[in-house]
Amino acid sequence: MSADPVVLAVAFGYLALLFVIAAWGDRRAEQGRSVIGSPTVYALSIAVYCTAWTFYGSVGRAAVYGPSFLLIYLGPTLAMLMAPLLIRKMVRIASTQRITSIADFISARYGKSSSLGALVALIALIGITPYIALQLKAITLSHAVLVNYPEATEFRLAEESFWTDKSFWVALVLAVFIILFGTRHLDASERHEGMVAAIAFESLVKLVAFLTVGIFVTFVLFNGPGDLFRQVADSPELAGALSLDAVPGGAIGWVGTLVLAFLAFLTLPRQFQVLVVENVDERHLRRASWLFPLYLVAINLFVIPIAMAGLLLPMGNSNPDSFVLTLPLSAGVEGIPLLVFIGGLSAATGMVIVETIALSTMVSNQLMMPLLLRSKRLHLSSQGELAGWLLGIRRVAIVMILLLGYLYHALIGDSYSLVTIGLVSFVGAAQFAPAMLIGMYWRGATRAGATLGLLAGFLTWCYTLLLPGFAQSGWLDSTFLEQGLLGLPWLRPYALFGLEGFDIYSHALLWSLLANAGLLIGVSLFTRQSPVEQTQAALFTEAMNPGLQHTSLWRGQTTRGELKSLLNRYLGAGATARILYETHDSHADETPAPPALIARAEKALSGALGSASARVLINSVVRGEALDLEAILSILDTTSQTLEYNRRLEQKSNELARIGEELRAANERLRELDRLKDEFVAMVSHELRTPLTSIRAFAEILRDNQELPEEKRVHFLEVVVLESQRLSRLIEEILDLARLESGRLTLNPQRLDLVALVRHSVDAVHRLQEDRGVALDVDLELDEAPVIGDPDRLEQVIINLLDNAGKFAADEDPHVRLHLARYKQNFRLSVEDNGPGIAPDERERVFEKFHQVKRFGTTSGKARGRPRGSGLGLPISRGIVAHLGGRLWVDEAPTLHGACLIMELPSAP
Amino acid sequence: MNSSGPQARLVALIGLAALLFSPPLVLIFDGPPGAGPSWLPLYLFAAWLLVIGLAAWLMEHRQEES
Repeated sequence: MSADPVVLAVAFGYLALLFVIAAWGDRRAEQGRSVIGSPTVYALSIAVYCTAWTFYGSVGRAAVYGPSFLLIYLGPTLAMLMAPLLIRKMVRIASTQRITSIADFISARYGKSSSLGALVALIALIGITPYIALQLKAITLSHAVLVNYPEATEFRLAEESFWTDKSFWVALVLAVFIILFGTRHLDASERHEGMVAAIAFESLVKLVAFLTVGIFVTFVLFNGPGDLFRQVADSPELAGALSLDAVPGGAIGWVGTLVLAFLAFLTLPRQFQVLVVENVDERHLRRASWLFPLYLVAINLFVIPIAMAGLLLPMGNSNPDSFVLTLPLSAGVEGIPLLVFIGGLSAATGMVIVETIALSTMVSNQLMMPLLLRSKRLHLSSQGELAGWLLGIRRVAIVMILLLGYLYHALIGDSYSLVTIGLVSFVGAAQFAPAMLIGMYWRGATRAGATLGLLAGFLTWCYTLLLPGFAQSGWLDSTFLEQGLLGLPWLRPYALFGLEGFDIYSHALLWSLLANAGLLIGVSLFTRQSPVEQTQAALFTEAMNPGLQHTSLWRGQTTRGELKSLLNRYLGAGATARILYETHDSHADETPAPPALIARAEKALSGALGSASARVLINSVVRGEALDLEAILSILDTTSQTLEYNRRLEQKSNELARIGEELRAANERLRELDRLKDEFVAMVSHELRTPLTSIRAFAEILRDNQELPEEKRVHFLEVVVLESQRLSRLIEEILDLARLESGRLTLNPQRLDLVALVRHSVDAVHRLQEDRGVALDVDLELDEAPVIGDPDRLEQVIINLLDNAGKFAADEDPHVRLHLARYKQNFRLSVEDNGPGIAPDERERVFEKFHQVKRFGTTSGKARGRPRGSGLGLPISRGIVAHLGGRLWVDEAPTLHGACLIMELPSAP
Repeated sequence: MNSSGPQARLVALIGLAALLFSPPLVLIFDGPPGAGPSWLPLYLFAAWLLVIGLAAWLMEHRQEES
């Protein structure tokens, strides 16, 4: 249809445009104005997931298998929803460990094992090469359809020799592109900015192309989707085309394909490359987690209309995989077929570019480097820079991978439809999932388990998918497909152990993952990890733990000089200077390198060579064992436990000291109380004996001297009466106190006037005070002071206060003042004297039983007939006042500067 | 405030998506053959867009919060 030169010019012109975009992206990156630092570009670069297989194959799959093609995109939707949880952790690990590929990731997780890395790289190489071949096939096929339409195309493909095969030249151009933009830096963990920019652009191109053809088919060939689906409903042969019946394997096949797409999206080397290695900012994942699924919806929107249109319209013997091209071609429009071809080309080249970069990094870092390091001769003689060597290896690997893909395409490509090859690769890549995902969350997964699991999964995959594929292509005798290996029916590759009713992919996925994960878990439970493995396992599983971010794990020793020559050899002088912060100080070479520097050197080597090789190289110059994380953790644990223990011990001893103090105080108090009790008993005995003695003495005199004069007899009898009264008063007081303390004191509270009561009390003591020569001032501010109280008891209190004050007033010119005033809701009665006063720390103690205030500077204690008090008056008074809801306390005397006792009673309502 | 909130919502959304995309819900919307084309693709696209919309709301909403 289109002239071949025009098509070729447009195709290679498009590739040239990619070069320009990539070069521009790289230039901008060098200037520090990155064009790809946005979440949208990140999401578009993830769309490298949509390959030529999506572009052409989705329609083919929809035409044959109904809606099952959508599962290939629903799985990644689920995976992207998990991005903030799962992929973020992968990105975090990859950036801290400078991971370069999925092989490096798995190798690093299991103790930086070179053998495991090599195994992953090999599996990836074997599993993905057919996928690259598929892209080349798509380019060739679409080109043939475009040029030869309406002739059948399959025919001509076989006749062409490789120098006339366009896909061969496309492969070569792509090799040049990848070498130019994929191997600019030695450090494979750095972003390939130009390449990512080109990939994002390609994602836009394929989307626009597919939407264009979709709109053309739906709205130009048909009158909108309504018309299209009415016609579908009218054709009986299409009745079940869109239902679950068309899906291979039915409901089980549905779930199987969903799981497969989910796992493959995370484990395909190119997806790991764009998702994890090329990610510059974790925050981009948020936007990408819904933007990328939206892209998937958009690119799949017209798949079913195109497929249905292709089935409805008479397309001759056209392959459903080519409907996207043949539909606009059959309509005879110019331009759209060419746009579709470019869209398919962009989808194919995008995938080939990223996949080849990822694979070449794996081949150079995981397969070639360990071999080179193992060969002693090279290792010892490599005094020059190995940096050039490494890039050389990577470039050769790129060419080899593309040639391998081309070879596969040329030899086997005709036998499979596009989707089949894609799904075979998917199941192959999914074998990395157990080692990667379980390793990220289960610290106990060991290297031996991962290796055996991977091997078992890989072999199962080979037996259930790869070999049958070869057999169907005629490379192998296909009898074992029907009869099983060695004629054993339970070994049939598509119905292993007699499991039938599955589609071949779900079947292979089930058995391979079962073997893979089963061995990984089972073997891990019975094997031990080396220290490096333990460290790496902890670093991977705890990657999101902020505490573990910057722990330096090296404890070995080396000098700066040795480190410098090592880095020089492998990374070149420029990079070495950057890593070591080179100072031009020749003495510095002899100084020991700090652990942080060694760690940085290892990371830099990891970025270039992969973690396993970096480990080997660092070990070659560093003496002494690296401190493993378990040890650090246990040290940390021990230290923190000891600290915690010490803290608790200190707390306990503080508590003990406090309790001891309290006990001591309580003991002191008890002793005091004991002393007071002894004193009380002594005092009571003494107080009782004094009047008793005099009563007895006078009674004896009266008995023995019958002829005493009358007045003497009367006097003696009066003394006896007085002393008896005193005795009974004392006993009354002791009883009062006992009642107060036991709470059995009975009061008769009634409304009364405190002013009247005070006047009455003052009258009662007036005579006595006058006898003692004490001047008594009464200052009543109020005319009436209603309170609730027992009048007898209150009078007792007031008299007691006045009596006490009289006793303790100054010897010279004794003075007592009574003052009654309102204070807020209360009435305050204060009695002060002009005596020596009471020291502040004694003030509460005067309310203790039998407490006697020592009188300082007293010349004669009993001057003016002031007898010692019993020491019970104040305690009893306080008890009574407290019973009436008031307070009694000692304060500073405001006017007479002696002691001041204040009674406060609430006013009656 | 509640640090587990956004994370829990995301986990719930993943669960919802997995439920919507797999049998038996898929079987319910798989129209009986013979009565025109199946509704299944339409249902899948609708569920897909719903999930994406919820995810977009959750992600951009969370971005404002943090």
